[in-house]
Amino acid sequence: MARNILSRVMQAAIVMLGVALLIFIMLRIVPGNAIVTMMGEHAKTETIERMTSELGLDQPMYVQFWHYITGAVRGDFGTSYSLNRSVTELIGTAFPNTVRLAFAAALIAWVTGIICGVIAAVKKNGILDHFFMGMSLLGVSVPVFMVAMVLQYFLAYKLKWLPISGVDSWRGYILPAIALGWNSAGSIARLTRSTLLEVMQADYIDTARAKGRRQVGIITVHALRNALLPVITMMAVQLSSLLSGAVICETVFSVNGIGRLLVQAIEGRDIPLLQGTILFSTLLVILGNLIADCLYAVLDPRISKEV
Amino acid sequence: MKKSPELSNELRAQLGEAETFASVIMRLWRENKLAAVSAVVILLFVLAAILAPVLTPYTFDGMDLFNRLAPPSREHLLGTDEAGRDVLTRMLYGARVSLLVGIVPTVISMLAGAILGIIAGYSGGSADAAIMRIADVMLAFPSMFLAMVIMYTLGDGMINIFLALALVNWASVARIVRAETLRLKKTEFVEAAQSIGVKKLVIMFRHILPNCIPSLIVLFTLNIPSAILSESSLSFLSIGIKPPQASWGLMVNEGRQFLYSQPWLSLSPSIAIMLVVLAFNFLGDGLRDVLDPHLKNQ
Repeated sequence: MARNILSRVMQAAIVMLGVALLIFIMLRIVPGNAIVTMMGEHAKTETIERMTSELGLDQPMYVQFWHYITGAVRGDFGTSYSLNRSVTELIGTAFPNTVRLAFAAALIAWVTGIICGVIAAVKKNGILDHFFMGMSLLGVSVPVFMVAMVLQYFLAYKLKWLPISGVDSWRGYILPAIALGWNSAGSIARLTRSTLLEVMQADYIDTARAKGRRQVGIITVHALRNALLPVITMMAVQLSSLLSGAVICETVFSVNGIGRLLVQAIEGRDIPLLQGTILFSTLLVILGNLIADCLYAVLDPRISKEV
Repeated sequence: MKKSPELSNELRAQLGEAETFASVIMRLWRENKLAAVSAVVILLFVLAAILAPVLTPYTFDGMDLFNRLAPPSREHLLGTDEAGRDVLTRMLYGARVSLLVGIVPTVISMLAGAILGIIAGYSGGSADAAIMRIADVMLAFPSMFLAMVIMYTLGDGMINIFLALALVNWASVARIVRAETLRLKKTEFVEAAQSIGVKKLVIMFRHILPNCIPSLIVLFTLNIPSAILSESSLSFLSIGIKPPQASWGLMVNEGRQFLYSQPWLSLSPSIAIMLVVLAFNFLGDGLRDVLDPHLKNQ
C-alpha cells in the first residue's frame, strides 16, 4: 500500500508541475503586451517599462518560470497590481471565507444527498424514488446563479429570514451554502442510489437477510458501508465543482472569497493575482484528489493490494 | 457494417448489430417517455432560435428609451430591459447563443477527445503517457477557473467561448474513449483484424471508433448541457458574450440589479437555461439507458 500511495504522490507532483506550467504559459501568451493590456492603452511608456522590469517580464522565460515556481513553493505569489498587496496575503484573507462556505455547502449536499439516495434506493420505483431522482436531475440542471437569486429574492428579500448578502454572521452563510450545495446534493443522491442498489444484490446481503436481520439493519450496517465507497471518491470531484460554483455564489452574495478574488483579478487584468488564485485553488484540488485516493485505498482493501 | 435485411429486430439485437436511428427513437419512446418529450422540447428551442427574426417584430439590440423596464404586457410579453429592449426577443436570440455554445464546443471536444483517446489507448507507451498526463493536468483545474483563464487569455466573444469550452472538456472524453479502446483492444474481432495484417490506423478508426459511438452519443448529449451552463456562468460574470449581443447568462447578469423591482428580467432567462439543460439531461439519461446500459453507474 505504501508503494501505491507513493506512486500517487509522484503522479500528483507531476500534475502540479504541469498545472503551474500551463498557467504560466497561458498568462504570457495574452495577445499584445501583457503590461499594456493590464494598464490600459493610455499608460505612459516609462510606467510600462518600470512595471515590466518590476514584474520581471523583461527576463528570459526560463528565469521567469524559475522565479515563479520557487516563489510558489515558498508561498510567495508576488504582489497584486490592482490591489497593491501581497497575493499570498489576499488569498489568506479570502480563503477562510471560501472554506467555510464550501464546508457548509458540502455538509448540506452530503446529508441531503445521502438520505435522499438511500430512501430512493429502498423505495425503488416508488413515488419517492421518482420524486428524488427528478429533483436531483433538476439539481444538476439549474444554474447556480438561479438558485442563488431565487433564494435571495424569496427568503432574504420577501420573507426577510436571512441576510441578503455578506457573511458578517453565520446566518449569512446559509443561503450561499444552500445555493452551492444544491447541485452537488443531486449528484450525490444519484450515486448513493445506484451504488446502494448494486450492493444490495451481493451475496453477503442475502446471508444477512437469511440470518434474520431486519431491512433497516441490513441497509445501515451492511450495505451502506460498501455503497458509500464510490461516494467518498466523489468528494474530491465535488471539491473541484464546489470551487467552480463558489465563483458564482460569492459574486451573488458578496462573499469575499477565492472566487470573488478571481473575478476581481480578471476585471482588474491583474496577472499576479490571477496566477496566484488559480494556482492555489488547483493545487488544493489536486491535494484533495490525492487524499481521496489514499482514503479509498485504506477503506477498500482490494485496491490497496493492487500496485 | 452490412445489415442483413432478413433478420428480425430481436435477432439483430442479439447479434449486436448497429441499430438504426429510427429504432433508437422508437425504443426511447417505449422505454422513457420523458426523454422523448425532452427531445421535442429541444426541437422547439431550436426552431425558436432559427425562426427568431420571423417570430418577433423587434430586434435584439433595438432600444426604446421611452419604454424602459416595462412590465410584461401585450406588446412586450416579457417586458423590456433597462435599455427598453424587448426581453422575449433577446431570449429568442439568446437561444441561438446557448444552443450554438452547447453544440459547437462539444463537437470539437468530442472529436479531439475521441481521436486522442483512441491513439492513447491503442498505441500505449509514450504516446499514451504523454496524452494522458496532459489530460490529467486539464482535469485537475476546477473547470470554471480554467475556462476563466482561457477567456482572459483569448479575450471575449463567441468564438473564444467555443475554444475555451472545447479546451476544458476534451480531456474527460479522451479518458472515457481510452478506457473503451483498452477494452475493445482485447476483443476477438480486433485481434482477428491484427492477425490478418490490417493497418493500425484502419483498426483504430474503422474497427474501434464505431464501437465507441454509443458511448460518444451519450456523452455528447450530457456534455451539451454542461457547456450551456458554463457559457451562462461565464456571461453572468461578464467574461463571455458582450452586450449588445444577447445571451441568457448575460441577460441574467444585466437583470440582476433589478432583481427586487423587476424580477422577471433575470428570472425568465434563468428559467430558459434550466429548461434546455433539463431537457438535454433527460434525453441523455434516456439515451444512455437505451444505447449503453453499462455506462449507467459511471
